[in-house]
Formats: sequence, structure tokens, C-alpha cells
Amino acid sequence: MLSSFFIQTLNGLASASTLFLVAVGLSLIFGVTRIVNFAHGALYMLGLYAAYSLIERLGVTPLGFWGGIAGAALAVAVVGALIEMLILRRIYHVPELFQLLATFALTLVIKDAVLWAWGAEDLLGPRAPGLRGSVELFGKPFPQYDLALIAIGPAVLGALWLLLNRTRWGTLVRAATQDREMVGALGVNQKWLFTGVFALGAFLAGLGGALQIPREPAQLFLDLAAISDAFVVVVVGGLGSIPGAFLAAVIIGLIKAYCVGVGTVELFGTTFAFSKLTLVAEFIVMAIVLVLRPQGLLGRPHGLQRVAAAHVEQPLRPAGRALRSAAIVGLAALAALPLATTGYTLVLMIDILVFALFAASLHFLMGPGGMVSFGHAAYLGLGAYGAGLLLKAAGWPMEAALIAAPLVAAAGAAVFGWFCVRLSGVYLAMLTLAFAQIAWSIVFQWDAFTGGSNGIVGVWPAPWLAPRPAYYLLALALCGGAIWLLRRMLFAPFGYALRAGRDSPLRADAIGIDVRRVQWAGFVVAGACAGLAGGLYAFSKGSISPDSTMAVSRSIDALVMVLLGGVQTLSGPVVGAALFTWLQDLVARGTDYWRAVLGGAILVLVLAFPQGIVGALRAWSGAREQR
Amino acid sequence: MLAVRHLDAYYGRAHILADLSLAVGTGEVVVLLGRNGAGKSTTLKCIMGLVRAAGGEIEFAGRRIERMEPYEIAGLGLGYVPEDRRIFTELTVMENLEVGRQAPRAGAPAWTPERLFSLFPNLAEMTDRPGGRISGGEQQMLTIARTLMGNPSCILLDEPSEGLAPVIVDQMAAAIRSLKAEGLSVLLSEQNLHFATEVSDRAYIIEKGRIRFAGTMAALAANEDVRAQYLAV
Amino acid sequence: MSAVLVVSRLAKSFGGVHAVREVSFELAAGELLALIGPNGAGKTTCFNMLNGQLAADGGSVRFEGRELLGLAPRAVWRLGVGRTFQITATFASMTVRENVQMALVSHRRRLREWWRPTARLYREEADRLLGRVGMLEQAGRACSVLAYGDLKRVELAVALANEPRLLLMDEPTAGMAPQERIALMALTAEIVRERRIAVLFTEHDMDVVFAHADRIIVLNRGRLIAAGAPAEVRASAQVQQVYLGSRGAH
Repeated sequence: MLSSFFIQTLNGLASASTLFLVAVGLSLIFGVTRIVNFAHGALYMLGLYAAYSLIERLGVTPLGFWGGIAGAALAVAVVGALIEMLILRRIYHVPELFQLLATFALTLVIKDAVLWAWGAEDLLGPRAPGLRGSVELFGKPFPQYDLALIAIGPAVLGALWLLLNRTRWGTLVRAATQDREMVGALGVNQKWLFTGVFALGAFLAGLGGALQIPREPAQLFLDLAAISDAFVVVVVGGLGSIPGAFLAAVIIGLIKAYCVGVGTVELFGTTFAFSKLTLVAEFIVMAIVLVLRPQGLLGRPHGLQRVAAAHVEQPLRPAGRALRSAAIVGLAALAALPLATTGYTLVLMIDILVFALFAASLHFLMGPGGMVSFGHAAYLGLGAYGAGLLLKAAGWPMEAALIAAPLVAAAGAAVFGWFCVRLSGVYLAMLTLAFAQIAWSIVFQWDAFTGGSNGIVGVWPAPWLAPRPAYYLLALALCGGAIWLLRRMLFAPFGYALRAGRDSPLRADAIGIDVRRVQWAGFVVAGACAGLAGGLYAFSKGSISPDSTMAVSRSIDALVMVLLGGVQTLSGPVVGAALFTWLQDLVARGTDYWRAVLGGAILVLVLAFPQGIVGALRAWSGAREQR
Repeated sequence: MLAVRHLDAYYGRAHILADLSLAVGTGEVVVLLGRNGAGKSTTLKCIMGLVRAAGGEIEFAGRRIERMEPYEIAGLGLGYVPEDRRIFTELTVMENLEVGRQAPRAGAPAWTPERLFSLFPNLAEMTDRPGGRISGGEQQMLTIARTLMGNPSCILLDEPSEGLAPVIVDQMAAAIRSLKAEGLSVLLSEQNLHFATEVSDRAYIIEKGRIRFAGTMAALAANEDVRAQYLAV
Repeated sequence: MSAVLVVSRLAKSFGGVHAVREVSFELAAGELLALIGPNGAGKTTCFNMLNGQLAADGGSVRFEGRELLGLAPRAVWRLGVGRTFQITATFASMTVRENVQMALVSHRRRLREWWRPTARLYREEADRLLGRVGMLEQAGRACSVLAYGDLKRVELAVALANEPRLLLMDEPTAGMAPQERIALMALTAEIVRERRIAVLFTEHDMDVVFAHADRIIVLNRGRLIAAGAPAEVRASAQVQQVYLGSRGAH
């Protein structure tokens, strides 16, 4: 018993080293550039693939192996430097969210580049020469390579400490972390400092990936897996804190290892599978840390920090007569669409409607509410699963199940939101991500109830709604109605109170507005709308799975839709959703590399229109009016 | 040494500086006087490239600098000491100085930490203390010392006396006089006329972003109207 | 005249440093009381304890007999205490009128409504308040494009929306031109006298203080060192030394 505890401790420390390597680079980059580098997971993945090819080329000798790992890390550093110089350098001044969007787009591009270069097959690398065997520890065998990994973590921590505290470069980096502008005013060219930091961060991510070569195969999903792990570690440790990242990596590594070690236990008469907790353990740790110590374990308290959606927004104007007539004509045209076609176009249109509502609900939260959610898919998923389970497991009629979908999601949003509104900015966003991951893993693992990774099939609408045109009209009515309702709320005191809390929490509080309460209500409303979208989605597809409804990538889709359209405008998310869904469909049918095309398009958009499409159109027409 | 001609600057739509011109000669200490919000800090930030000028020219050491980045301007030998000090609170006093260090420059006094400690003796005793854990007066000394580590030929000093105890203000005045003795040019912004009079050769008075008076300290002392209108508390 | 606000033995320290020590004073309806003192004397700390933003270490603050310490800012406001900020705090994405409407909507407890457009609620009342502070012509403009002095006027209108009996104004004229300062303070004085609102304000501009304050209290290093009519305070040697004297050699 005790010996297996020690072995699990060692296992935990070994994975902690990898976690630390990825997270510390993310933390460094954020500290200096203030960019949350979403592409960090992709850089990690790239390191793993690069190491595979380099070692194959150099030969599996000690020199070839370690040289390959070092070479892979260096190659990733070069890629990082190029990314900084070609893309990030142009967007340091744009709102944080667009930076995030740009780095997300990079993730897509890198993923497809890897797919193109290495193919879709999993690639299992060689084991480390000289460290192939295992040693006897506490009476059990333990891989020698993992012992090496355990040593590498603290070694890198020490090297980083020396670099940052004992060199001029490190002093400048630490100074820039606190006040970049002042460092510039003292004569330091920050551009190269930033490039250097980004390259170092990329190097560490690449190294983290490369070192995994004997332990896990190179796979295409590793980018998102690594980035969410790294986010958790950085947030738990405290953004920008290097020792914090190490501590958090160790804690999370150990907890996961112990969960595996404990396995299935009988507790109070029920079997409890601790090993299944591994997927959520880190997110539970993060949620607890964020609620108890929002700045992270070793982070310093920040002031009220917000993810600025954009510059100052214009006052809301009620729709003029022209716009109102245009909306009515547009709706009429949409309602008449089934007369023209009943084919694939309608299927696509249903998707667009569902995602327009999904994006509008996220916009409600992040635009007027000022709360950016990285986990909005949780509510889409809760709605979808709520409807699906009520239909299949509880035997409710389809209509009732659909009505219940937003209520289930609203209940979830009430619970998650209660915690989230206590935070702000990046921390809030991370907590939403944590909750979404927790929800995802519960659904993913609870085979008996949710069908696990296979999901639920046979979620079909009632017979009278089964014909495609009927379902399309239902979706149009419900999505259109809900979006219209969201808009009404924005113009009503509730929406104004939400914006008041975002614009100036100080003033809002001083005129009697309970900002947290209003934000909480905003969370519930947004959750309910996303849940309705989820319910409609479930019945339109006939089947649901954790990945199609609740995965991180769904949350990101919604973010991209909102940002594409523009956060400042009410019509933005609808336009963004339509464009995104249509483009995705078009590109996915045209090429295997739709992600790269999409990522490239997003990058071009972010570089060209940092206000989103509708925002740019409005600025352009505004400029024309002033002329 | 430093010449500003017809400078215009905006924050959003607010016109902060309008047609502002001033000059600082080599080895001269010039003060920009005015109330809170008159545009003093913005003028210094514009010169340093921290706020983009909408129009006008800025010339330093024979080069046009209004389009340059702050680090390039600093590289030419123009030092900037911000009003809010902006000490790197997590770096030690010595590390703060290290960030400011640049190669020595011809035609400008060369500084080492040791020489700076003789100018600001308080700092010598706390070289390993984090910048966030020294007093306000010591921070003000450190921010000036940090800028001097760049061996500038001219420095912009934004309200060096603000929020300091009278004793420290006196030390600050003495330090500025010895910088002048070293041949450094200084443009400082101030609200404290008394302090300004002690250290400056000439003064400009700024109000609502415009220069309302330019002249020697003696001329300002003689002009009761100007003082009453723009400076009276 | 009975006191609207009674502050007694208010205290606060930050990490062992006494920012405010045993400060006591009273304020009557319709009275303008100026709180002055050098930078770092504890004025802002004092202020933030009165309005609920900062927890006090000791003492009491009674408004119309009710204890304010321990209440959240919004609860203090609900009791009838308005406030303006040193750096104006308005809702930048809303128009001038909407800013005032929000305060009125909140005052009437209609924040939860989610159907009727805000624009139609209390519009006339908002316009009356804006007219009173001279901002009616700009009622439809966004707060984000206003001149600073105008924002201060908007804040004043917002602060009046809940028919306060006490107004806390933190440096009401900071960042304004001299003529504007006098005009704003004259307007404030006129309004509070006609509505018999008690005002406590901090201020750096001595012209404003001596022109409009009925009484002045002086803080230095967290302690109240003088209190009285403007003439008395001006004559106090201690005040001269710590504050007025050091402010300029004229």
C-alpha cells in the first residue's frame, strides 16, 4: 500500500515536469506580452512531432535522441519567434480578445500544418537509449526515463531562475513584466525583448512536447489537451508566477496520479471510481483555487482586471424604420425559404439559426455583461443533454423536453455563474472554462446515464416536427424569438444595469446596483438561451455526443463567431455565426485543410478589422456620414 | 538641445496640447509650470514619444524625434522621469538601476551606481531592498537615479517634488542643482512655484494646453498678474 | 440645527500605519463642509469609509441616526447619500440622459424590468435634473465624448437623482479650469441650499474652499487638526504651516 503510494507520487512528479514546462512558457509570455497564447498547446504538439522526425533522422543513439529533443525545442523556438515577429507584433495594441482569437487561429493553422506534414496517424517514438529499462523502487519497477523527467522539471526551474535573476536580460524581462512602457522609455527596445520571451516560451513548450516522445504517441488532439492543462496550471499557480507554475504543476500532477492509484473504491455502499476523476481533478482544483484565492496560489492580487472587449462602445440606438423594415423583410424571406428548397440548404440554415442564438447568448454575456466565457458550450451541452435525456431516459414528449432544455441549462448557469461573477477578466474566463470541462468530463465518463463518449442516439423530434421544413420553421421561430428577447432585455433596465456594471462598477455600486447579482442574472439568461440552442441542436441532429456539444472547441467556435461579427454590435454575433457556419461548411466540403483556411481567414480578419466585421462596416459608414 | 515647435496632442477627442512651443538650451534648467490637468505631463510624454503628437515638431540633439519610438529617443540621450515614479517594485534598487543602464555617451556626464549613491546617499544603504519597499522620497530618488544610469544629456522631470516631505523636497532641489553643475539640461514640470524658483533658470506657464507665459524666473517673480491668474492656489 | 451626519472617532490603519486616527465631526442639513489637508493626510481614506467602500477599524458614522459603517456602498446610497468621484465615474457607453435615467430607475427599484425600454423611463425627470445642472443640450450625447467639466456636471445630476440628504463629493473640481471650478461649485452650492442637502467635500483649490464652504475641517497625518469657519481656519498657524503655507511662496 505504502509502496504504491510512493510509486504514484513519482508518477505524479514525472507528469508534473511536463505540465510545468508547458505552463511556465505560457506564464512567461503572458507576464511580459500580456497575451494569453492559445497557440501554446500547438507549439507543444509541434515539439513532439518535430522530435519524432528528428530522432528518426539522427538515429536512436543517445546523441541522436537527446540531440533530436534539443533540436525540436529549438525549432519550435524559431517558429515562436517568427510568430511573434510576423503576427503578434502587429496586434499588441488591439483588445485582448482579438489577440486570443489570433492565437487561436494560429492553433488551427499549426494543426493543419502538422496534419499535412505528418499525416493523421498516431506516431509512437522510440524509447530513450540508455533509459529504456526500469529500476526497482519500493519493491516495484519504475521507468528510468520518468526518473529523468522528474529531475528535468526542477532543473529547468533552476535554470530559469538563474536566467531571470542573474542576467541583464532577465532583469529587463522582469521589469517589462511590470511596466513595459517604462522599460522602453529607459532605452530598451522592447520588440526584441518580446521576441526573445516568446521564443523562450515556445522553446519550453517544444521541449515539454519533445520530452514526451517515449511516453505518448504524437497525436493531433494534443494541442487542445495541452493548452487546457497549461491554462489550469498557470491560473492555479498565479498568472506570471514561475514558482507558482511549478507548485501548481506538482499539485495537479500528484492529485491526478493519486486518483489513478486509488482506483475504484467502495464508499458508503456505492462504488466510486477515482480513476475517472483524473479528467476533472485539475479543473476542480482550479475552481477551488479561483474561488478561495482568485490570484492563484503564488500570484499577486491584481486590481480589477477586465478582458477589455474593445474600446468605448457607442450608446444603444433603437432600430430605425429602415432597419426595422429590413429585419421584417429578412425574416419573411427566411420564413419563405422552405418554399424554395427542402434540401441541404435547410439543414445548413437550421445550423446557422441554432448557432446564431448560441453566439447571441454568448455576446449577451461578454458584450453588455463584460464577462468573457471560454466555456459557453457547457450550456449548449446542458440544453442538448437535458432534452435528450428527458426524452430518452425519462420518456418525456419531445415538446416538453425541448421546453425543459433552456431550464436545465439555466440551472447549470445559475450554479456556475454564482462562482464566476466573483471574478473578472482572464480569471473569470478560466473559471468558465473549468466548469465547462467539468461538465464535459461528467458527461463523457458517466456511461450508464449519458452514454459516455458515444452520446445519445435517436433524439428525434415529434412526428409533426419531423419534416425538415417544419423543424426549420420551429428553429426560426424559437431562435428568432429568443434573439429578439435578448435584444429587448438589452434595451430594458436589466440590460442597462448589466452594461452599467461593466462600464463602471464603482458608479453602478454608488447608485444602488448590485453588480454581482445583475451579472449573475445575466449568466442565467445567457445560459438559458444557449440551452435552447442546445435543445434545438439535439433534435436537429438526432444524436448528441460530448464532443459535438460540450467540447472546448465548441466554446471557441462561439467566441470566434462573436468576435468575427464584432462585440460592440447587437447584430454582430448573428452575422458572425452565419458567416462562420457557412464558411466552415463550405471549406470543410472543399478541402481537408479547412482549419488552416479558417485560421488564415481569422488572422486576416483580426489584422485587418480588429473591430469585427459589423463594427468595421459601421465605422466605415460612420466615416462616410461625417464626410 | 531640445526644441518643441507647434505641438498638438489629443486624448480621444479632448484637445490636450495646442500649438505648444518651448526650448531648452544646453546646461539649462527650464520649468513648465501649471496646475493639475494643464497639460504638463502630456507635454513631457509627447516629447518622450509615449503620447503621439498629432502635429508639430520635436527636435533633440539635432534630430527630429516626433516619430521615433521611446527607446530610440532614450537612445539619443534624452532621459524621462515619470510623475508617478514607476519604480519596478519587484526589482531591487540595484536591479532598477540596471534596467536604466546604457553605454556612456560623449558630451554627457557618465554615471555609475557609486556616483549616484553620492548624489542620493539614502539609496546606498538599500541596494538589495525591493523597489516597492522603500519610502516615497527614496522612490523619487531612485526613479531619477535610474534614468541617469542611461547617461542622458538632457532629462525630463515630471513633478519631482509632488507628495514629498519638505526635507526631501530640499534634497531634491539640491540634487537638481548638482545635475545642472554636471552640465545636464533639465526640463521639469512643477506645480510648486517655490521649488521651481529654487532650481530653474527659465519658466514656461502652461494652461489648458497652451503656453501663457515664457521668461526668466526673475521676470516671473516680477509679474504678479501672471502668477495670480495661472498659479495661485 | 440638528446634525445629519455624525462621525465619531473614525479610525483606519494600513499595515500598522495610521491613515485616519480618531476623526470626529458633524454636519448639518444644508451645510457645506470642506475637508482639506495635504496629500496623504487621509482625506480619501476618510471619504471611502463614509461611503462604504472601505471598512473602518473603529468609530462610528451615523447618518440621520443610522449607522453607515458596515454597509455596502449601494446600501449607503439607498439611505439617501449621493456621491461624486474624484475621477469621474460615469457609464461611458450610455448617453448623458441614460446615465441619469439609470440612477432614477435604480432609485425607484425598477432595475429588474426586462421588457420596457429604459429610454422611456423617467425621461422628463432626468431632463429636469440635467436642466438644473446645465446639461440639457447635451442630454443625447455619449458620456465618452464629453469634456471633463461636463462629466462632472453629469455626475452631479446623477448624485441628485435619489433625492439625497447628504452628498459626498471627492474633489469635485479636480482637473477643471479655474473659471469652470468656481461655476461648478457655485451651482452645487445653490442646488444644495435650495434642497437643504448636507455636503461634505474634499478640495485642493483653496479659492473654491474659501468661496463656498460654510465650515472647514483640516486633516494632517490622519488627525483632525483644525475645524471652524473659513476665516478661523485660514488664520490658524498650524494649518498655515502644514498646508496653506507650503503650497506656494506668494
